[in-house]
Amino acid sequence: MIHMSRIQNIFNQKKQNVLNVYFTAGYPQLTDTLPVMKSLALSGVDLIEIGMPYSDPLADGPVIQDSSSKALLNGMSIQALFKQLEGFRKDHDLANVGVVLMGYMNPVLQYGFEKFCTDAASVGVDGLIIPDLPEYEFEEVYGSIIKKHGLDFIFLVTPETTEERVHKLDALSTGFLYAVSSSATTGGDKDFTAVETYLQKLQQMDLNNPVLVGFGIKDKTTFHSACKHANGAIIGSAFIQSLSSMNNISTEIKDFVNKIIG
Amino acid sequence: MKDFQQPTEQGYYGQFGGAYIPEMLHANVEELRQQYLTIMHEPSFIKDFELLLKDYVGRPTPLFLAERLSKQYNTTIYLKREDLCHTGAHKINNTIGQILLAERLGKTRIIAETGAGQHGVATATVCALKGLECIVYMGEKDIERQAPNVARMKMLGAKVIPATSGSKTLKDATNEAIRDWINHPHNTHYIIGSVVGPHPYPDLVAKFQSVISKEIKLQLKEKTGHELPTHIIACVGGGSNAAGAFYHFLNAPEVKIIAVEAAGHGVNSGMSAATSQLGKPGILHGSKSLLMQTDDGQVVEPHSISAGLDYPGIGPLHANLFETGRATFLSATDEEALNAAFHVSKMEGIIPALETAHAFAALDQLSFQQSDIVVICLSGRGDKDLGTYMQVMK
Repeated sequence: MIHMSRIQNIFNQKKQNVLNVYFTAGYPQLTDTLPVMKSLALSGVDLIEIGMPYSDPLADGPVIQDSSSKALLNGMSIQALFKQLEGFRKDHDLANVGVVLMGYMNPVLQYGFEKFCTDAASVGVDGLIIPDLPEYEFEEVYGSIIKKHGLDFIFLVTPETTEERVHKLDALSTGFLYAVSSSATTGGDKDFTAVETYLQKLQQMDLNNPVLVGFGIKDKTTFHSACKHANGAIIGSAFIQSLSSMNNISTEIKDFVNKIIG
Repeated sequence: MKDFQQPTEQGYYGQFGGAYIPEMLHANVEELRQQYLTIMHEPSFIKDFELLLKDYVGRPTPLFLAERLSKQYNTTIYLKREDLCHTGAHKINNTIGQILLAERLGKTRIIAETGAGQHGVATATVCALKGLECIVYMGEKDIERQAPNVARMKMLGAKVIPATSGSKTLKDATNEAIRDWINHPHNTHYIIGSVVGPHPYPDLVAKFQSVISKEIKLQLKEKTGHELPTHIIACVGGGSNAAGAFYHFLNAPEVKIIAVEAAGHGVNSGMSAATSQLGKPGILHGSKSLLMQTDDGQVVEPHSISAGLDYPGIGPLHANLFETGRATFLSATDEEALNAAFHVSKMEGIIPALETAHAFAALDQLSFQQSDIVVICLSGRGDKDLGTYMQVMK
């Protein structure tokens, strides 16, 4: 039998309305990483995308950049994050949720790419999203290291990505494919009719991987319209915005998630 | 022989370069990568480029024998007068090239980042010339310290948008410009001002700026009978004037190449922009190069009195020159640069830009033979820095 990753298992069991929530590690407080993860998992979120803060996050809009700056001021780093994540799979509530790390190439390189993959896999992370790791470098240098450690790697596609390239990025990805709803930085307002046409096109391409839609998903309406033509969606900026004003993380995260999937 | 000019097809100079960009930028950068060489080699492009450089920019710029400085250092010193270019600096060589490229790519909206404002002014100028919309991102801190250039850009019809994130300087203006490009994937061309950014930018900017060393060779031949100097000296922030001044000498090992970085308050003061001394290999703005960063890989905020050198990286071409030892990297502090600016003004009747003053400051750190031929790239004029110079004179 072919070995299936935790993320592949999640999509095997649930083909629709898969919810992935992004948050920045160490935000709003340094020690909030695990409580936020736990509340998300308990609220029924399928995948958690943990942002590793970077000083110059090119693909992100102001909300995520702001949370990254605050997390860095709080003292967050890759090293600190792995320390916080140590043993999280032993927590019953977090045993089965999919966990993906999202971050930029430079901090990962400084940590040491191979060491990063070793440590990520050993704390129980399932996959990686590194938006500025281009497919050429992935094929030449980094892909084999990622695979060796049993981690999934998720590429992004946008409405500007040619069909041929979508197939190529799909073939290189494992776990899922991240469909950016429009060519834009995170957190903007999107015109969802255009997005639907684009997602329909992706749906007809017969891709190997399930597709999650990100950028511009902020509420029940946008979540469900994204899910119409994809396996699920990713919420980032809207969650960070809401997180920044929460007084009680565990109850308010539950409310936030309920409003989306309820 | 080792080729220091031409990157590989993937944009590498040694281990530096490449295109570390998110997928949202791929279509734009790929379009440029596939077309830039073809367009730049078209006879009509070459004709338009050369004509504008001649009639609009005022090229060739003179190669001036600086007699009093030569006497002081007991050698022969020539100044390549990029300060006499239209708009007052070498930056326009690149913006002329890129606006012609943008036209041929069918782009109607131009964006740029700027530090000292020279590149912003040069971009606003060519956009006015071609009647194209122009948006310039500039760090909030730089807007304050370079007010005359902000006014010039506005007068030329450009919209200046303050970058308010991070250190509010050139690095952040570049982030904002790249984000703008992500958000406008169809009609917009991004005119990068230095030999930085994802491939093919470092190469295309170096090629447009290489007119500087092309002219130096011809002018030296005419004046001295030899086309090669013994030393070529230029300041390096991102490194565009240096790339242009070095370009045609890179593969001639007998020419000593000297790059001068901004040491700020001193290389080890914690307030510096001397990237080659303080940086480690890393990725910023889409390419791998030397980068000032913490052990955790967060980009460090640099410091220089000169906004144009206040950048935590250097172009990948320069990183390779540093790593291979092909170029000597020196640095000058804020104070040394200021002293040099006043000295050159009094000795040669030329008020240099603060950036350029760093190149002159390096003269005190070098020793020359009487028979040497030293060329300094006088990259820009000092009008924009009068505010800073006036404070010193108080």
